Amino acid sequence: MQKLTRGELVRKAEELLDNGEVKHVLGWRAGEFDYDLTPSVFDTKDDIEANFRFDDFCGPNFSKYLVKKTRELEGKILVFLKPCDTYSFNELLTEHRFDREKVYVVGIECSGMADIFKIKEIAGEGISKIEPDGEYLSVASLYDDEPVKIKASDVLEERCINCKSKKHVVYDELLGEEGEEQDSGRFEEVEKLEKMTSEERFGFWKKELSRCIRCNACRDVCPACTCEKCVFDNPDSGTQNKSPATTFEEQNFHIIRAYHVAGRCTDCGECSRVCPQRIPLHLLNRKFIKDIDSFYGDYQAGQEAGQRNPLIDYTQNDIDPSEIFGGAK
Amino acid sequence: MIYSCEISHLDDLFKEISSFEKLYLPVDENESLSSRYEVYSEGKKMSDRLNTVRSPKDFFFPQTENLMAFKTEGKKIDIIDVRQENEDFAVFGVRACDARAFKVLDNVFLKDVPDSYYADRRAHGTIISLACSRPVETCFCHTFDIDPTEPDGDVKSWKTEEKLYLEPVTEKGNKFIEKLLSVSDILKEEGTETPADVAKQKEQTKKIIKKLPLYSLSKEKFGAGKTEEYFNSPEWDKLSESCLGCGTCTFVCPTCQCYDIKDFKTNNGVIRYRCWDSCMYSDFTMMAAGQPRHHQKERFRQRFMHKLVYYPTDYDGLFSCVGCGRCLQKCPIHMNIAKVMKTLTPVSDGGDK
Amino acid sequence: MQVNNDTEKDYKPLIVAFCCNWCSYAGADLAGNNRLSYPADVKIIRVPCSGRLNPLFVLRAFQRGADGVIICGCHPGDCHYTTGNYYTRRRMALLFSMLDYLGIERERTKVAWISAAEGQRFAETMNEFTSQVASLGKNKRLEDLRCKN
Repeated sequence: MQKLTRGELVRKAEELLDNGEVKHVLGWRAGEFDYDLTPSVFDTKDDIEANFRFDDFCGPNFSKYLVKKTRELEGKILVFLKPCDTYSFNELLTEHRFDREKVYVVGIECSGMADIFKIKEIAGEGISKIEPDGEYLSVASLYDDEPVKIKASDVLEERCINCKSKKHVVYDELLGEEGEEQDSGRFEEVEKLEKMTSEERFGFWKKELSRCIRCNACRDVCPACTCEKCVFDNPDSGTQNKSPATTFEEQNFHIIRAYHVAGRCTDCGECSRVCPQRIPLHLLNRKFIKDIDSFYGDYQAGQEAGQRNPLIDYTQNDIDPSEIFGGAK
Repeated sequence: MIYSCEISHLDDLFKEISSFEKLYLPVDENESLSSRYEVYSEGKKMSDRLNTVRSPKDFFFPQTENLMAFKTEGKKIDIIDVRQENEDFAVFGVRACDARAFKVLDNVFLKDVPDSYYADRRAHGTIISLACSRPVETCFCHTFDIDPTEPDGDVKSWKTEEKLYLEPVTEKGNKFIEKLLSVSDILKEEGTETPADVAKQKEQTKKIIKKLPLYSLSKEKFGAGKTEEYFNSPEWDKLSESCLGCGTCTFVCPTCQCYDIKDFKTNNGVIRYRCWDSCMYSDFTMMAAGQPRHHQKERFRQRFMHKLVYYPTDYDGLFSCVGCGRCLQKCPIHMNIAKVMKTLTPVSDGGDK
Repeated sequence: MQVNNDTEKDYKPLIVAFCCNWCSYAGADLAGNNRLSYPADVKIIRVPCSGRLNPLFVLRAFQRGADGVIICGCHPGDCHYTTGNYYTRRRMALLFSMLDYLGIERERTKVAWISAAEGQRFAETMNEFTSQVASLGKNKRLEDLRCKN
């Protein structure tokens, strides 16, 4: 359940449209059901009044859209960013992917987003309505008369359970309260894998990656993946491949996808959110983050704009690759 | 003739089927809260979920398929047919939407110039469809005149609380039932009348369909010859504005049939294979001059126009969407064919969009 | 790269060694000039600097049948381009750690710093690495079966 209400966001958007500060508003557009919101640009107050949504299903991270939208649209864009989204925003600024002057950032307090698949697991398939009800979500089904009450904290997305920070690292204005960076158990799963034997790990990943349908959603949604032409789409790269034809292609794609954003990945968790097969892709990214932290000192991508990421940096006394395998079996 | 078996003997029935041919069954994938088709072996339980994430089109049109191989020795090039003898197999639990999707694929792959790879697999596969009893909010097969309680397929089946009913429809289906009867001691003849519990189930399912959020979705304004009406619609800009250009919708779709043919250089020659392609991709139908659809809007439009206009134009008004709802569930930004249809044909009576 | 070492009986590992032009490649030369022996199964690919290495090169080598990949560059601090190998050091540390995380045997990968004067060390490193990979057997976890056709 979000502490902020839709009304507060709508009022802010209308106020900024009215006083001419912004021309467009990037927000979540209502869908057919209560959980299928689409990122969208709103230009008028009527549109906002009718279709703007803010609730527990506002997962999409808008930062990446700014790359395209700041080029396409005339005038300043208001964007609502959750704390985790602001890290991606900074990282894109670091890489000069869009003009900061064209964006007005309203940071919004976030209490964690709900995972519709977890809700379906509890309430069953065939959901007709989902309404917030205090700390609970009241989920009505096509089949039962009585709605099921589900505690919102029980159906949080994985990335929200392991939220690294409720703090906005960048904003022009803040709605709700500023949170703090927090300790999270986000590396626990990685550690669990590290403690397995090499054979067990191979089995784990083989099973997970074999489900990949190579839809590229993880790549296309990733705010760090902003190459104009991806190596996997480029017929001249020699690595273009449209399908997970063999185990190798599955490994190759996922290693390179995660590797290419290593040092730039802010751990926003969009890759795992959008995966139609629910492969825990964040475990690959977090491995890189964990390694970077332990080899080269703690580093949070997107903490501030203009940081130098560890992979384009070095010190003379860096750990040697031959010394890295200390703890793991 | 309808045949039946007690639900408590369902596993035995699967065992009997798998004694004479390979049987594929939707099974649960617990860690991902979804289901997928797997070869039946003892102990595997059929999933109760409505549908699998990947559609059963994989059985006839796999994501990757080797077409031929080339081997070179000096200046000699050998062309090798890599096709292997397909064995008979049965797919159980195909829903009405997916069963209709095979008709859509058949039109493309079997008419005019038949695709021998597809045809061969199709000839060896028996579809045992399963009527729906619990449609979900993303279902809209009724929009395309599909009756989920009377699915297509070689053998139709209904699963009620007590019994599983099987009714062969096609010649292939009859042969399958014959084979099954010759090994089975649990399959019984049930008569030709619709059993009472099936009739009751159908009635209930139809009641639920009327309650579905997409019940009013209509295909009437789409179809053959409507290209000019919708091609230049100003709505496409807004509809496609946040499309990521990923291939999720196309790859979970039971009717999307575009593929690419590629060569892979092995250590000793070349393998020519085909793999699914998506019109949403920036390198789709890439030519020397680039790809003809420069922007995501054009790619996005292609997908929906193909399903709602071009395909019906080519194939007697049959739509190439079957309303399975997979793209409604899986699109990362929740933009889908239902929203496209509603936006392009606004309802004046205060419809929500 | 076309190599057939499919028969299990007389299995010899195929090693791909990426050597930087200025140090390690010259080191290999020196090893040759001094008649020092190292296994013929080590295939050297010369790169201008170890910093030229794209992680895709390493994966591609495994895909095409390598059983082990070794990356050789100038000693840190001695890079011909001043800093190239410092970057390699970070990149490969992360890449190899990731391969290990995915269950690919870590003994199949190695980074070695070998200068132009270290012919002896080049031969020793290659001997050592080859026998280390040989003891693991064929690379089965990161291979592309299509390549064998």
